[in-house]
Amino acid sequence: MSKKTKELFLKTADVIIENKEYLTELDAAIGDGDHGINMARGFKKLKEKLKNDDFENRSELIKVTAMTLISNVGGASGPLYGTAFLNISKVISDNKLNLDDIIEIVEEAIAGIQKRGKAEAGEKTMLDTLLPVAESLKESKSKEKDLKTALKNSLGAAEKGMKNTIDMQATKGRASYLGERSIGHQDPGATSTYLIIKTFVKAFINKSEV
Amino acid sequence: MVNILIISHSLKIAEGTKELADEMKQADIKIEIIGGTNEGKMGTDADQIENKLKNLECQDGIVVLADLGSAVMSFNMVKECLPETRQNKIKLANAPLVEGAVLGAVEASLGKSLEEVLAGIEKKSIINKNNL
Repeated sequence: MSKKTKELFLKTADVIIENKEYLTELDAAIGDGDHGINMARGFKKLKEKLKNDDFENRSELIKVTAMTLISNVGGASGPLYGTAFLNISKVISDNKLNLDDIIEIVEEAIAGIQKRGKAEAGEKTMLDTLLPVAESLKESKSKEKDLKTALKNSLGAAEKGMKNTIDMQATKGRASYLGERSIGHQDPGATSTYLIIKTFVKAFINKSEV
Repeated sequence: MVNILIISHSLKIAEGTKELADEMKQADIKIEIIGGTNEGKMGTDADQIENKLKNLECQDGIVVLADLGSAVMSFNMVKECLPETRQNKIKLANAPLVEGAVLGAVEASLGKSLEEVLAGIEKKSIINKNNL
């Protein structure tokens, strides 16, 4: 089971590394211009770790992911993604995931990021991608949608959430120092969160189990 | 004596702040610094923070001064993983870095308690610079 999870995290690392320039460009506009560099550094280390080590279960693999990002990212996204993955590692099992499990995972990630960054919806952060995902998944549950549809819808919600950050004024993080001038740019953190979610959702849909 | 830990995105800021704070010490306290990433870039090195928080002498407590976002976040994260007794003796000052470090150096080296040092820093570090 953790072999598939390992493949998924390796793929995620590749996606982040491929988008290093793009994320850095977004960050240069409203931050300190290192989000892509930092994320790529962290995920490169993660690739090395994943390739060299074997893991007993998903939880252990995700915990190692968290610790590697915390130690190697160097920017705020390290502790933020680190805490999110650490929270996920505490609830995830090796069973096939159902919609309830996925809702729990997303809510744990949100709780971790909120605990660390103290942000709320509409502050132009990674949460503006992640909160709509949780809402969409819960809506799908209440409407008794199948897992595949629920995941597809949640990816749409993530993309919309990410794009909505363009019109927001940042009130958390380095971009908040720019005040109104942060409006008009897509948030780099919301973008890296979207890239991660997209990779996860595509893997879930294609393999129909993870 | 309470010791002081300075965490900055920049090693130069950390070193300069320590230099300034050292000048004001009234007795020998430890003022330790962490600056930049493990590759010498702007940012935070969580492993180094962990190392300092675990090993810096903490009998009377440690006051931490940190600059921007990830320095504060990384500190909080590492601190939460320490044993509770040690956690209780390590406090982040709600203060600007330079003023906080200088005030901390004075208060701590006068032999004040952790709570007194913190209160002193937080009360005096917001300075009206147009009306000194």
